[in-house]
Amino acid sequence: MAGGAPAPGGVASQTFASARNWLLMPSWAVLLVFVAAPVAMMLVYSFLTKEFRGGVIWEFSTGAYDQFFCNRGLFGDEPCQIEWTYINIFWRSIWQAGLATVLSLLIGFPTAYFIATRSEKTRALWVFAITIPYWVNLLIRTVSMKFLLRDQGPLNDLLIGLGLTEDPLRIINTNLAVQLGLYYSYLPFMVLPIYAAVERYNFTLSEAAADLYATKWATLRRIVLPAVKPGIVAGCILVFVPSLGAFLAPDLLGGARNFMIGSLIEEQFKGNAGNWPFGAAASMILLTLVLLVLLVSATQQRRTKGAV
Amino acid sequence: MSTVTDVRTYRGFFTVTVLCLVILYAPLAVVTVYSFNASASITVWEGLSLRWYSDVFTGPESAKFKQAAINSFSIALIAASVATAIAVTAATAIVRGGRFWLRLPSLGLITLPIMVPEIVLAVATLIFFNAIGFTRGYLTILVAHIAFCIPFAYLPIQARMQGIDDTYEQAAMDLYASRAQAFRRVLLPLMMPGIISGFLLAFIVSLDDFIITNFVKGAGVETLPTAIFGSVKQGIKPNIMAISTMLLGVSVVMVTISYVVSKWDNTK
Repeated sequence: MAGGAPAPGGVASQTFASARNWLLMPSWAVLLVFVAAPVAMMLVYSFLTKEFRGGVIWEFSTGAYDQFFCNRGLFGDEPCQIEWTYINIFWRSIWQAGLATVLSLLIGFPTAYFIATRSEKTRALWVFAITIPYWVNLLIRTVSMKFLLRDQGPLNDLLIGLGLTEDPLRIINTNLAVQLGLYYSYLPFMVLPIYAAVERYNFTLSEAAADLYATKWATLRRIVLPAVKPGIVAGCILVFVPSLGAFLAPDLLGGARNFMIGSLIEEQFKGNAGNWPFGAAASMILLTLVLLVLLVSATQQRRTKGAV
Repeated sequence: MSTVTDVRTYRGFFTVTVLCLVILYAPLAVVTVYSFNASASITVWEGLSLRWYSDVFTGPESAKFKQAAINSFSIALIAASVATAIAVTAATAIVRGGRFWLRLPSLGLITLPIMVPEIVLAVATLIFFNAIGFTRGYLTILVAHIAFCIPFAYLPIQARMQGIDDTYEQAAMDLYASRAQAFRRVLLPLMMPGIISGFLLAFIVSLDDFIITNFVKGAGVETLPTAIFGSVKQGIKPNIMAISTMLLGVSVVMVTISYVVSKWDNTK
């Protein structure tokens, strides 16, 4: 039944080979003009001069990158010293996104494994239950989280009601709230690819390990985990990448003190106060980071594929 | 056999799964319950009422939300339809076009909007419209949505087409159907479950989008997410919870349709 599947080395299906150029044209046209060209344009803008009412002056300048990396003193005439403000924002974002990824993995792996080991009928229902939140508007989910975590919100009511705390816990506008928000936003992205990998896993391998006196946890660590690693890597990327550039969770849950890359970039394009070339440069740096992550994981995946 | 279940199951995994679902659903459940609150305060519970639902449709902000809803749903409908049509043609070329050197670059280009972080795509699109001097408004939102919806429509369609044996079209062409007829009468109906899933996913992704819309919308044009965001900035009000619950309902309906469609196998 894999007629169209492009089996590596095999012959791909070619029923519509003669029409393929025509068939590809609409997607190329739309994506080249409205995705690829804009990204290229953004690179150009990051090397232009800032216009004070927003926008740019068409004059070459490395000012945006200079502002990002260099501290040249109050009057801007001193030699370049490393400017930590923006690097720190990036660092904090990487840290937050990394933590959200680890947290999602800790909850997501057992969930995915549990679902994949159910009978076929119930499995579909579990997957359905995990998928629904993914289809719900991200803004609404973030607002719901904000509502839940408020000082006088239901969570604090519950904690006070249970006598666990007397004063409401300050969760909103902290790093923890951003953390929970990111984690909550992208958790389904972690569960689904791991689930797909565990579902394909051949459980006779676990039985063989048990027959050879491996403990259950050793089996999990040395047999199951390596076998489903591609799914885990995919899940981690799907959580890490959107968390890194997230805007809604840090903006709505984190308040002004827990600034992440997304808010830094957004601010540069808001109203007349912004700095477009700087925003474009920060976006380019974020894009480079993400492409590096994707590249590293792609080579990793290829290596594991080669090993099996 | 008890030994088989023994190697498969791990103690504690069930608890974590339940915890996972509680985390995913608790915030949504709480907002849904509070949307039926009779009180004007979001902290005090005063009993069940549909007050905030009627407020959404007749209250002081109803005109704003009505326009935002019209914008959101019309953009989602058009963007998802166009993106799905583009995705079907692209999938046919990539899955049924044999081996050709543009195959991988095409796949790369199609998945580009998913690879690039949303905020970066938003900045790039804003800069693009600014550079070509295009006034921001409804049309810029629509065009941006068509572009980033393509991969979401494409992936389910490709998956579906890879599962359909090409002997079906070949049989049709052996019986003197033209290529176009084989496509329209044989391949397209077989692909329908994938096409519907792709369309629904694209629709929901368009309806969901806040960041890109916020960058390219220009002054005065709002979609539901940007209107809700603007309102929430001044604090969460009960009418926002009513709107959220209704949108939640829309999502649940869509995902249910998609689920039912995915179980539908018409190749047998």
